Amino acid sequence: MAIAIVLIVIVIAALAFHALSPWWLTPLASNWGLIDDTLTVTLLITGAVFVAVNLFIAVAVIRYRHRHGRRAAYEPENRKLEHGLTWLTAVGIVAMLAPGLVVYAELISPPKDALVVEVVGQQWQWAYRFPGEDGRLGTSAMRFVGADNPLGLNPADPAGRDDALAVGPELHLPLGRPVRVLLRSKDVLHNFFVPPIRTRMDMVPGMVTEFWFTPTRAGRFDILCAELCGVGHYNMRGVMVVEPQADFERWLAGLPRFAAARQVAATPPGGDLAARGRGIAQARGCFGCHSVDGAASVGPGWRGLFGHEVELADGSRLKADAAYIAESIRAPAAKLVKGYPPIMPPYALDDGEVAAIAAYIASLDGAADGTR
Amino acid sequence: MHDSHDAPHGFWTRYVFSQDHKVIAIQYTVTALAVGLVGLVLSNLMRLQLGFPGHFDFIDANRYYQSLTQHGMIMVVYLLTAILLGGFGNYLIPLMIGARDMVFPFLNMLSYWVYLVAVLVLLASFVVPGGPTGAGWTLYPPQSILPGTPGADWGIILMLVSLLIFIVAATMGGLNYVTTVLQARAEGMTLFRLPLTVWGIFMATILALFAFPALFVSGVMLLFDKVLGTSFFMPAIVSMGQPLAYEGGSPLLFQHLFWFFGHPEVYIVALPAFGIVSDLISTHARKNIFGYRMMVWAIVAIGVLSVVVWAHHMFVSGMNPAFGFFFAVTTLIIAVPTAIKVYNWLLTLWRGDIHLTVPMLFALGFISMFAIGGLTGLFLGNVSVDIPLSDTYFVVAHFHMVMGVAPILVIFGGIYHWFPKVSGRMMNDTLGRWHFWLTFVGAYAIFFPMHYLGFLGMPRRYYAYENYAFIPESAHTLNAFITVAALVVAAAQLLFLFNLAWSARRGRLASANPWGATTLEWQTPDTPPGHGNWGAQVPVVHRWAYEFSPPGQARDFVPQNAPPDAPVE
Repeated sequence: MAIAIVLIVIVIAALAFHALSPWWLTPLASNWGLIDDTLTVTLLITGAVFVAVNLFIAVAVIRYRHRHGRRAAYEPENRKLEHGLTWLTAVGIVAMLAPGLVVYAELISPPKDALVVEVVGQQWQWAYRFPGEDGRLGTSAMRFVGADNPLGLNPADPAGRDDALAVGPELHLPLGRPVRVLLRSKDVLHNFFVPPIRTRMDMVPGMVTEFWFTPTRAGRFDILCAELCGVGHYNMRGVMVVEPQADFERWLAGLPRFAAARQVAATPPGGDLAARGRGIAQARGCFGCHSVDGAASVGPGWRGLFGHEVELADGSRLKADAAYIAESIRAPAAKLVKGYPPIMPPYALDDGEVAAIAAYIASLDGAADGTR
Repeated sequence: MHDSHDAPHGFWTRYVFSQDHKVIAIQYTVTALAVGLVGLVLSNLMRLQLGFPGHFDFIDANRYYQSLTQHGMIMVVYLLTAILLGGFGNYLIPLMIGARDMVFPFLNMLSYWVYLVAVLVLLASFVVPGGPTGAGWTLYPPQSILPGTPGADWGIILMLVSLLIFIVAATMGGLNYVTTVLQARAEGMTLFRLPLTVWGIFMATILALFAFPALFVSGVMLLFDKVLGTSFFMPAIVSMGQPLAYEGGSPLLFQHLFWFFGHPEVYIVALPAFGIVSDLISTHARKNIFGYRMMVWAIVAIGVLSVVVWAHHMFVSGMNPAFGFFFAVTTLIIAVPTAIKVYNWLLTLWRGDIHLTVPMLFALGFISMFAIGGLTGLFLGNVSVDIPLSDTYFVVAHFHMVMGVAPILVIFGGIYHWFPKVSGRMMNDTLGRWHFWLTFVGAYAIFFPMHYLGFLGMPRRYYAYENYAFIPESAHTLNAFITVAALVVAAAQLLFLFNLAWSARRGRLASANPWGATTLEWQTPDTPPGHGNWGAQVPVVHRWAYEFSPPGQARDFVPQNAPPDAPVE
């Protein structure tokens, strides 16, 4: 009998939870209201069945629970009832599936005039690329990736020379224009997920995947990774800024073009060492784990590191000088900072590159207190 | 027919290296429950971090992902699959079909010991350098074998080796169960007189024999990629700034192979649970199962359909989007036979004589839990609704309810139900009821709210959720509540373990057939059944397994082996 009461209470509590829940779909910011509608239809149909099943058990228990002298009916089969229920279920399934498939057909058919943007993922950061004046993205391959070419564009492909690169968390998009998002990954699986957009896709190394949407609301939206990509997965953050066309164009115009950016990054030693170090760190993916604002992430933050004392995993302390930084790049497990897991792989950088990164780390403190 | 093999006499051959299916079943069950306890503790570690982030220093991101991975793998493979096929299958198949044992007793014994080795290799990964793999139970490459994932050196190798060993064990057991059901049934036990428990385990075993090879080959290929540097699943990659030597492989190939195993795996767990719960409901409602033949065909249909739905796990994987249509349709079709099963359980209750025993409570709890878990599957199977919910807490809630909690409720119900036959003693009723209520209500408290975190868009497999603008403070409060519920449910399982241990020695003595059941295992001459099960004479079957409350009979059940002209008492 208690089970009947509890099941009724569960039904009431579930309905109340649904009515009062502050947790619901984020306000829609794309054209995919149809997804929300299909979801609502599914929720109504399945919710009704959920209530019916639990109440049926409750009523059955109340009416037919064992009492002295009670005896069950004997009814092995009832073809009419069984067939009726089967057809009813089939109708309910079709009512959910048909609109779902119609929406899906649209989801996988991007409009021809859509703005194209490429998103490139790596552990645990984002980068973006827009085609230049020629309207075409240049080809790319992992073998082209290097300190001066973080996204691996093909230097021989003229289509790529004018591509605009945004290496960092922030992606700007114009309001109200369909966007076709092409996705690549340099290392493992990732997933470009902006909850208010609804649609999304995995990023798979070795292939280009895609999805499309039209931003319908201006604002800043969290970009998350939604496919487990290692220990920093939860911290792979980006920002999608949706803004009017004019603002977007201004932002786009300020982005470096591939050919020009490459020359700057390839500046030989003797230029600004710290700037070179920053370029190397970016290309090597250091920022996936090391923040430059001093915050702890997967690895120790870089601001406030150079020349300061750090406590190591074994409890000893040392001063983080250029030699320590060089060792930590080439043999990271040798002297681990306390509180961080031993997951960094060794990097075989030459002396010039190591010195550049050390200079960059040192420069972060100077920038902070303005003494430099 | 004469008892073909003599009962063993020594301690070792009787209790350790036994070829008796009942002893092997107990070995499987105890081992699976023990490793399941590890899985339970790991889930609580995760919940502590999610509910109270930063309060527990020992749960860093590495440990969190390792707990997440090992919890999933242990629960799905080493607990649920092992206990349902190796535990329940072993104990019940020969007894329910009227056989003296499995047809290959030595192979059966070997199956258990190989399973134990698989468990030990799995547990060994906790003590190797780097610890166990933290790649998620799906072990998706390239991530699972690259730096940046915990246990990417030793842990993943031991995980794969353990799985390969497990599959060897499951194959030994599986061939045995299928052959036994087909070849060793007692006289009169036609296929359409088999109890649904046997049908469920039989079909699940056939699925296992089809599905596990896909996991086996993908495991071997992944191991080669890791150890030998082949590129089955590995394209050209720049990992942490370093170019790797891999080229030309496909990460999607692994996903197809994994889910070609992984989706049938859901039914390898679900079908035995469907069968067992049918028998629990029928017996404790004193009423024949409604629509027996439809129930059998539904089991067969679900089994067949389950091998053509796998890519609904891959709607946002980057596979050819046209596949989405096909797999959404097949997935929603499978809902029809599944719904039929739910209707028939409900209609079995209707006009029954419902005894609210502990096994019945677990069975009723199962229907409720399975219903909600099955219904949320309709969101995830319908491709366009799946896309916003994919890899969110909605998915976590869905699969825990449908293939975690629901089958485990049946397993508990089944243990309370068959314990008197296995041990000759009843389990304690009061402890059993406490165990049920805390587990059932607690599971709702844990998993029902998670659907709403999923609607909100909270991604699963996150170590922390700090500083995401779309996640309100209230979601963190809800997470703390869920963690408290999870701790209570975990503690409630201690009641069960205590009850099991205490009742085995001190429980009230049970009669041979305390529930008034019709199936053959309750009609053995001895309780617990002796070696060879049936004494001098194997039973002869005269009717189906659900002759409850037939008109014109004084008793409300007629055993399957009662002679047709038995006097009306």
